[in-house]
Amino acid sequence: MRKTSSGRYEKLRRAKRMKIVRRLILFAALLVAAVLFLFPTVSTFVNSFLSESEIMESYGAALGDKSAEYARDGVVIKLIPDKVSGEPYEVFLFQSPDYLRKFWNSALYVVPITLFQTGVALLAAYGFTRYRGKIRSLVFFGYVVLMLMPYQVTLVPNYVVSKWLGIYDTPWSIVLPGIFSPFAVYLLTRYMMRIPTAYTEAAQLDGAGEWRIFTRIFLPQCRSAIFAVLLLIFFDNWNMVEQPLVLLEKEELYPLSIYLSVINQNEVGVAFAAAVIYTIPCLLLFLGGEKHLEEGIVTGGVK
Amino acid sequence: MTKEKEKRNGAKFFFRRREKEKKPEEGREDVLFLPKRKRLSTELRNRRRATWFFLSPSISGVALFFVAPFVMVFYYAFTSSAVNGEFTGIDNFKALFQNNAFTLAAANTVILLVIAVPAAVLLALFLAILLERELPGKSFLRSAFLSPLMVPVASVVLIWQVLFHQNGVINTFLAGFGITAVDWFHSPWSRFVVLLLYLWKNLGYNMILFTAAIASVPKEQLEIAELEGAGPFRKFFSVKIHYISSTVLFVTILSLISAMKIFREVYLLTGSYPYETLYLLQHFMNNTFRSMDYQKLSTAAILLALATSVVIAVLFVVERRLGKDAKNE
Repeated sequence: MRKTSSGRYEKLRRAKRMKIVRRLILFAALLVAAVLFLFPTVSTFVNSFLSESEIMESYGAALGDKSAEYARDGVVIKLIPDKVSGEPYEVFLFQSPDYLRKFWNSALYVVPITLFQTGVALLAAYGFTRYRGKIRSLVFFGYVVLMLMPYQVTLVPNYVVSKWLGIYDTPWSIVLPGIFSPFAVYLLTRYMMRIPTAYTEAAQLDGAGEWRIFTRIFLPQCRSAIFAVLLLIFFDNWNMVEQPLVLLEKEELYPLSIYLSVINQNEVGVAFAAAVIYTIPCLLLFLGGEKHLEEGIVTGGVK
Repeated sequence: MTKEKEKRNGAKFFFRRREKEKKPEEGREDVLFLPKRKRLSTELRNRRRATWFFLSPSISGVALFFVAPFVMVFYYAFTSSAVNGEFTGIDNFKALFQNNAFTLAAANTVILLVIAVPAAVLLALFLAILLERELPGKSFLRSAFLSPLMVPVASVVLIWQVLFHQNGVINTFLAGFGITAVDWFHSPWSRFVVLLLYLWKNLGYNMILFTAAIASVPKEQLEIAELEGAGPFRKFFSVKIHYISSTVLFVTILSLISAMKIFREVYLLTGSYPYETLYLLQHFMNNTFRSMDYQKLSTAAILLALATSVVIAVLFVVERRLGKDAKNE
């Protein structure tokens, strides 16, 4: 179409300008939202460099047991420390073996769960993907139902069985049920379903056995899904609260996820530093694998 | 011999092709019926058997840690005591419904779910639609929204306490406008605080799922709609909605699962004995675990399992309806 009349041209230009303005407003709004989303994480990080006295001075009125002692003239989050101090980190890392122990507990539960759940799930997903008859479909459906059950349901059988096996109140009662959680099986099966059958048929023609097809075709194809599953399991279990509360009695076995709330109550000074140290493994994994993570999340959800 | 092998493989390919012809659009995932067993070659049959080996670790673990004890749970729910109990029918269920702690916990949990799940789904969809456009720094924005996924709840509850404490930041801010302080954790507002924490944590994940679903809508369809004069709203409600309906279901189910884990947030913020609007089913379960009341625990677990199944079945039926619409139009 030719733009002959200048009035029409003007109109078009105005429409275009409006569009740009609208985009800008949208962008600004989203930027504000994004900053709000980052705010809790960033302020936790910044505040971890405050010395204990500065924390009590700033937040004493709103934290810990002794909040009543502090005058109430308003609490504001500090985003720039008066003085950068490594004191809370020093306390956490070198002066209180108890905290480090809890951190070690967390790792002791989460790392085996993550690795073994993924391993077991890879095998199972292959079993579900390669051939599927009526029985297997039914079993898979059972897995999906089990996956959807909340902890309030599955923890009861977990509790019963850990009493039977005599592993109640030991690390095993957390780790073993964790390994067989069906979440990874579901996600990996959905991913493997997308691998074209042509590959496996070609391999079969060349005389490859099932194990060979699994290791040489399926595993390399699933690389990013495996990574995503590892991350998701890790994040979820690093956060565990329900299982240790139900399955563990001894406080020295508690992971840091629960113990942090104790620190928050009693030792506000190091609480921010503890929170940051607790986040670091997740942060590293997130930065290292965000791309895979997105891809992995997406495969689970879109056909 | 090679000829025979070829023939067999040929037959196998034939079967595969026929399966695909039967259900072309759904792919392998939904192929429930392989060709009749009689017609399978011995080689294929052996292969099928071999793959059970891959399933065995997972199945035996699930059977031991979830299925077998669940049978016991079922038994407990219908008997009067764990040892030598008598069959009591639904007495345990009746008792549970008369238990005030249980009804309070169940009601609170349902209220939280009814608010949190739709909010998480709709807001995430809204975010995904906004981020569909070309914007500067789009990947930064997406990362920012996804980042709470990796932050452990335990690490951020401290900031939440600073923000929402009676002497906290929010109240200080509100005082600037002359609004009197609200005790966020010990008033009906506590639900709102927990809701915020939940949305903060889960919106990004849902958003990623929706973004991918929207990107998979065929461009031609949208162009046709545009040619026929459809505005952005019309385009969304008449075209895209049909392509993302299965994702909506999936996101709803995921949000439901994560909303059932809201106990984590509540526990870390307020401990074992929260304000009464925050007393959730997991609090009830924890207390019952402590008193080792197997009957009560089992009954509650069975009831919950039943409720969850019903909700999920309803969701699936709804999705099937929506999906059908897309195919008919």
